[in-house]
Amino acid sequence: MSYLEYNTKRMPTGLAKVLYVNWPLVVLLVAVACYGFVMLYSVAGGSARPWMEPQLRRFGFGLLLMLAIGFTPLWFWRSIAGVAYVVSILLLLGVEFFGTVGMGAKRWLVVGPARLQPSELAKITTILALAAYYNWLDPKRISHPVWVVLGVLIAAIPAFLVLRQPDLGTALLLSMGGGIVIFAAGVHWAYFAALIGSMVAVVSAVMTSRGTDWQILKDYQYRRIDAFLDPTLDPLGAGYHINQSMIALGSGGWSGRGFMEGTQARLNFLPEKQTDFIFTTLAEEFGFVGAASLLLLYLMIIGFCLLTAFRTSSRFGALLVIGVVGTFFLYFAVNMAMVMGLAPVVGVPLPLVSFGGSAMTVLMVGFGLVQSAHIHRPRLPS
Amino acid sequence: MKRTDRDKELSHRTITRRGLILGGAQLAIAGTLVWRLRDMQLMQSEQFHLLAEENRINLRLLPPTRGLIFDRNGVLLAGNEQNYRVVIKRDDAGDIDLVLDRLSQLIHLSEDDLERARRDLLRHRPFVPVTVAERLSWEEISRVATNAPALPGVTPEMGLSRVYPLREDMAHVVGYVGPVSERDLEALDTPDPVLMIPRFQIGKSGVERAMEDRLRGTAGSQRVEVNAVGRVMRELDRAEGKPGSNLHMTIDARLQNYALQRMQGQSGAAVVMDTATGDILALASAPSFDGNLFVRGISSTDYNALLENEYRPLLNKTIQGMYPPGSTFKMVTALAALDAGETDGEERVFCPGHMDVAGNRFHCWRRGGHGRVGLVSALSESCDVYFYEMSQRCGIDRINAMSERLGLGIRYDLPIPSIAGGLNPTRDWKRRNRNAEWLVGDTVNASIGQGFVLSTPLQLAVMTARLATNKAILPRLLRDPMEQAQPQAASLDLRPEWLRMIRRGMHETVNHARGTAYSSRVVAEGQEMAGKTGTSQVFSITRAERDAGIRQQSDLPWNRRNHALFVNYAPVDAPRIAVAVVIEHGGGGSSAAAPIGRDITLAALNDGIPPLAAYPAPQRNRIRAEQIELEERLRDPQLLRISRA
Repeated sequence: MSYLEYNTKRMPTGLAKVLYVNWPLVVLLVAVACYGFVMLYSVAGGSARPWMEPQLRRFGFGLLLMLAIGFTPLWFWRSIAGVAYVVSILLLLGVEFFGTVGMGAKRWLVVGPARLQPSELAKITTILALAAYYNWLDPKRISHPVWVVLGVLIAAIPAFLVLRQPDLGTALLLSMGGGIVIFAAGVHWAYFAALIGSMVAVVSAVMTSRGTDWQILKDYQYRRIDAFLDPTLDPLGAGYHINQSMIALGSGGWSGRGFMEGTQARLNFLPEKQTDFIFTTLAEEFGFVGAASLLLLYLMIIGFCLLTAFRTSSRFGALLVIGVVGTFFLYFAVNMAMVMGLAPVVGVPLPLVSFGGSAMTVLMVGFGLVQSAHIHRPRLPS
Repeated sequence: MKRTDRDKELSHRTITRRGLILGGAQLAIAGTLVWRLRDMQLMQSEQFHLLAEENRINLRLLPPTRGLIFDRNGVLLAGNEQNYRVVIKRDDAGDIDLVLDRLSQLIHLSEDDLERARRDLLRHRPFVPVTVAERLSWEEISRVATNAPALPGVTPEMGLSRVYPLREDMAHVVGYVGPVSERDLEALDTPDPVLMIPRFQIGKSGVERAMEDRLRGTAGSQRVEVNAVGRVMRELDRAEGKPGSNLHMTIDARLQNYALQRMQGQSGAAVVMDTATGDILALASAPSFDGNLFVRGISSTDYNALLENEYRPLLNKTIQGMYPPGSTFKMVTALAALDAGETDGEERVFCPGHMDVAGNRFHCWRRGGHGRVGLVSALSESCDVYFYEMSQRCGIDRINAMSERLGLGIRYDLPIPSIAGGLNPTRDWKRRNRNAEWLVGDTVNASIGQGFVLSTPLQLAVMTARLATNKAILPRLLRDPMEQAQPQAASLDLRPEWLRMIRRGMHETVNHARGTAYSSRVVAEGQEMAGKTGTSQVFSITRAERDAGIRQQSDLPWNRRNHALFVNYAPVDAPRIAVAVVIEHGGGGSSAAAPIGRDITLAALNDGIPPLAAYPAPQRNRIRAEQIELEERLRDPQLLRISRA
């Protein structure tokens, strides 16, 4: 009669579902969100405003949303996957033609008083659609080229539209999230090997052509690549943010400088200290202990979700969970790699910690789907 | 499509397998992240910590307060005033035009100011603050401060700025300060770091420049925590610097003001010395300029006006102007002849109005001649022929020796840069500079202070003081207010009977009816003066001009007229002051220079506007009219009040 009993005979109904909610996952999510509240309080200079308070409200709303989605039967989500996907594509097209410009890119769609960021919605609907697609597809045909191309297209169309906005970070997350579902569905590994092989070939061709007669990119593009690979080359330009971020991170040491004692954030050396670079402040103020423990919490969330995926006999449910959790992983891995100087500066927030409503809502919807798959899992034949 | 259990089983296995691979890959990536974190936070932590400290801690120099300059009575000559200014930084401002537009609604900004600010902002790197407006009032700066939210990148700042309350009066002596230039820095081996402070000002001329080291003081330092855009968040610690030393000058600001106003409309110089100490009481060069203009950054229009002014206001004529001393040099020639034993002073020389020397005719200024003159009357009537005769007897070398003994041709060590040395022309000098042998005619010319002889007004004042005291008086411009003992000058060792004759000659110049400066005599008891006029030729009236009907100086254009000179000391019985006045192209010494010398002397002796009783009765009405006019121009007494604590 609890979430741990995977081999129950009946699917829970009504209020009984509350008992079947993946509570450890909920606790972990709350724990991670608390890291966020503490850091937002700190970077605001010891004040709940302007960031911690709205973040609290959003997270509360997100928890309710997650439970509401979780209590909804999984078949419902499977049956609306196609419609949801088409709607999100239409919304992306809407942005293309009617979107408002903000921060140099078209991302928002204004409908009356509401502002909508369809690219965030597309992250979930793409995973939903792919999970439903592979659930529908006969397992024997999965690796057939035609069906592989169809699966790739499902992920590529929204990714392409997002790239046009232009939002490279989200486009990458979208396509990689899609790639994870396609991989999990069991598409032959040779396709992935071919993909990785060709990417390596392109990159090495581009880099070796430098300075030769058949140079592929323009000089300034190479210089950008250089600055990306070694930010210290341009400490006042492109590399400034990364340098400052690494300084903050490194100066944290084992246990950090102490709560609200981080000089880099307090003195504004860090850019976007409440959003994309919040991990830096965490690492500065709480050191290795704080940063690594957050990473551990993230990994535990992934672990609990994967457990659900392995225990369900529903193909749709398993793929959906793997897709959501893969996207979640990409969020924090890319963000952390970025602030540590291992990845380019792309606008990816630290999930559940960074200030910002869209990403938080999307993630909580995703975890709602995970809960739904967990509560309504068909029991495995023993 | 119906699926078999076997299918389900198979696909479940596939998904689990792939899921595990994904989970493993994620774990591996997470492991890399942890490894990197460990690397940065545990291995290189100290290095990053250091970088963070460098980031936030900024060492700032605190500019020292510049020393003040006072006159001999404690009147402030150079001070520091609060200067409220507004600076703007490009990278904080965002839209420069918008911010400047808003700013110009709050404070008055001319088109020029705005143009300059825009230009500076574009020229400098974005984080360099650029001054938009200076010298704002308290009201203006508060308006800017209260509207700060609407003015991103704009900061009101406060600093000290040099100010010269007496404006034109002291510009030549005190000088002025200005921003440190590249050339200033290059001239120094190890520049004081304080010079690197943006907008730091150093002495550019006058005492400000010569006494820079004492006035500047030493910089303090301050460690501050700054944020990413360089704004100071808090002070960590501070080491106070040492303010510059105050200077006390020998100048009497009131007398200086009077002297300058008395020369108004003329191009001239007046020096007043205390004959006991050598203190320079006034060192006035007219016309002058306002040193404050240079501190604030003079406009090119103003600067060109100063440069192109025929009267050369930028030149300190008292120490940099070199003039043929004319007849004021005759005391030198007379003493040289006496010292050489070529005359006893009683001997009379016949003056027919001219003298022929080596085939050239040298005229006396009085064409008809003076008849038989002795030393005293030769001085008082300024007979040229007498000195032509004496100079040939003793020769140029003895004249030069006496000239130097009396203080001419010497560069004095005063705290003002570029003091001119004048010129006592020697045979050697002529050979080197004119590539010609010394002729007896050169000696004859030199005997009346013409030809190659050049002196500065300061030197003439020193000469007069030495004649009045028989001491090797040295001029000085700075004094220690604490000092008790008066400087003791060495004796000149001139025989008293010679000096008695010279002094009588100078006394009769002013007080004898036939003296050249008789109209400038002083009748007040105990204030009578003795002096000597001089009129030095700049150009001779050419034959063509003479034919065109030009006979008098006033017929000539200004810059071809003769210089007018007058030296004197007073009171005659117990000399206290020595005065030298040079009026450039003034025409004649007795008409242009002597009245000014007299008035300045009386102002010095009476510590203010001279009493009418000092003047001969017939002149008093005219003098009174002049005084009324002059009084209106004198500096506000408020400014001349003693401000030293």
